[in-house]
Amino acid sequence: MSDIVLKTENLTKRYGGVHALEGANFELRKGEHVAIMGDNGAGKSTFVRQITGVEQRTSGQIWFDGKEVNFAGPIEARTAGIETVFQSLALADDLDVPSNLFLGREKVLFNLGPFSILDRKYMRKATEAALVRTAVKIPNLSNTIRHMSGGQRQCVAIARTATFASKLIIMDEPTAALGVQETAQVENIVRTLKDNGEPLILISHNMRQVFDLCDRIVVFRRGRIVANLRKENTDGNDIVSYITGAKTGEAELAA
Amino acid sequence: MAQTSHGVGGVGYDARKRTWPAEFNVFLALVILVVIFELIGRIFLGDSFLFNTRSDVGGIFNEARLQIIILQVSIVGIIAIGVTQVIITGGIDLSSGSIVGATAMIAMSFAQVATVNGNPNPKAMFLAQGWTDLPVIVPLLVAIACGLFAGLVNGALIAYTRIPPFIATLGMMVTARGIAKWWSKGQPISFPTESFAGIGKGLMPVVIFLSLAILFQLIMTYTRYGKHCYAIGSNEDAARMSGIKIANHKILVYVIAGILAALAAVVLSSKNLTAQSGMGVMYELDAIAMAVIGGVSLSGGRGSIIGTVIGSLIFGVIISGFTFLRLDAYYQEMVKGVIIVGAVVLDQWRQRLRAMRA
Repeated sequence: MSDIVLKTENLTKRYGGVHALEGANFELRKGEHVAIMGDNGAGKSTFVRQITGVEQRTSGQIWFDGKEVNFAGPIEARTAGIETVFQSLALADDLDVPSNLFLGREKVLFNLGPFSILDRKYMRKATEAALVRTAVKIPNLSNTIRHMSGGQRQCVAIARTATFASKLIIMDEPTAALGVQETAQVENIVRTLKDNGEPLILISHNMRQVFDLCDRIVVFRRGRIVANLRKENTDGNDIVSYITGAKTGEAELAA
Repeated sequence: MAQTSHGVGGVGYDARKRTWPAEFNVFLALVILVVIFELIGRIFLGDSFLFNTRSDVGGIFNEARLQIIILQVSIVGIIAIGVTQVIITGGIDLSSGSIVGATAMIAMSFAQVATVNGNPNPKAMFLAQGWTDLPVIVPLLVAIACGLFAGLVNGALIAYTRIPPFIATLGMMVTARGIAKWWSKGQPISFPTESFAGIGKGLMPVVIFLSLAILFQLIMTYTRYGKHCYAIGSNEDAARMSGIKIANHKILVYVIAGILAALAAVVLSSKNLTAQSGMGVMYELDAIAMAVIGGVSLSGGRGSIIGTVIGSLIFGVIISGFTFLRLDAYYQEMVKGVIIVGAVVLDQWRQRLRAMRA
């Protein structure tokens, strides 16, 4: 139990009569990179929203970092150490990179309530360190996000997760809107996170990417987890069969 | 630069992508405007706009004109500081002109002398209560309380009922103007104490305007408050997800705008030695225009107090320039309108250009 970072048991979410998520049992171990795949509306994002506290689950339990948790909102989840890179990125376009990394948790020199003086030097240094740690390359820290390419924005959003001591990173389709080169850049960041031993949940539709970056693949279909496979024991066709429903039944991890 | 196994991270400085501050363009516009007036003056009037051409006073520059340029915009400028931070959060404040009117009336009635030329002051509302010849701090605190209250109502409406800032502050604009008229049944209030009259004397409005501008420029750049203003204006959802308490912050923003409008009311009524219910009409729009000319984006997230100060100077130069060219005041209004629209068009054009280069 000690090396399990995240565990859910019978996690269920219903929107009225719609069963978006049914009895999901999920485990993530230290340093493990797990991919979540599935068709649109299969329950992937719903699953993530329950974990990060964006929505409140209908029933089931979540353990994080050895304790049972009940996040009231995404901020609580983040405080506990779950960093999420949202599809919408959640960046402030008119702020520069350090301001975005520290948004809502600015480091201050003097505490004067809302008029606390910011420690800009520290935040700049910490930003540079985070960029180095995640292998993110940004032309100019003082540039606002508005003037950056899609890939750079994605990189900033990912670097933000690495600025603080996070225990789990969740990425929701981080390369969906990116070009080939930018996708490669983001994938390199994910590899760096793997080398650093940071556990990660990656939601992706990209089969090659999933096999490249992850240790294990979990497939969602119609709100249920239908497969949980080590990447060595499966292949692309196998996964597609589970996604489309050609193969059914819960394929357990042969551990 | 450090090497990790999957590539290099860090900051790679690219000089081509260097951008100069947006305020620089606004300042350039100010300089160009002054040069235009100078040239027209030299060619058609044989007089200088900027430089001293008289032999009976010293100095290189025409100091009297320079003082007037900034003096005539400094009271609206104080309001514009508050409006700037409101617009940066993505809001708008239409109530500041009316807050000026209401606050001037209320504060002035607490700043009355007891006797005028040996007779009891006919304008003193609180003569019977003996609230005359009060120390200057009393009307000042009354004014701040008025501004705070108006801002609190604005902010709470916007934060909790989620009605658009345009509507909330429009309501306050009409209501506060009503209060200004109701307070003394439309009568002007005059005869302030000497200490109250001292607040707006001479170049004091300029001193107050510039001190507040410097203070708020520092606040917007170096404090958490300023950072959150920009964050909310540029992406409110992101700000909320980052844990910023949006409602509290918005209330504070409108409270500060209200207090600054109230301070402008004190300076204005002190300078004019009287308060009238019609004071500050259209000031809110002039203040918004100063901010917009100064590069503050109405969609939020962009702009600075320095920009607004330069914007207010552009205003002052236009008014002084038209007087200098002996043109009718009607033309001023027309040109002001053109400049406001032109400033926004130019700014959007520049933004697109920058976005393409990035």
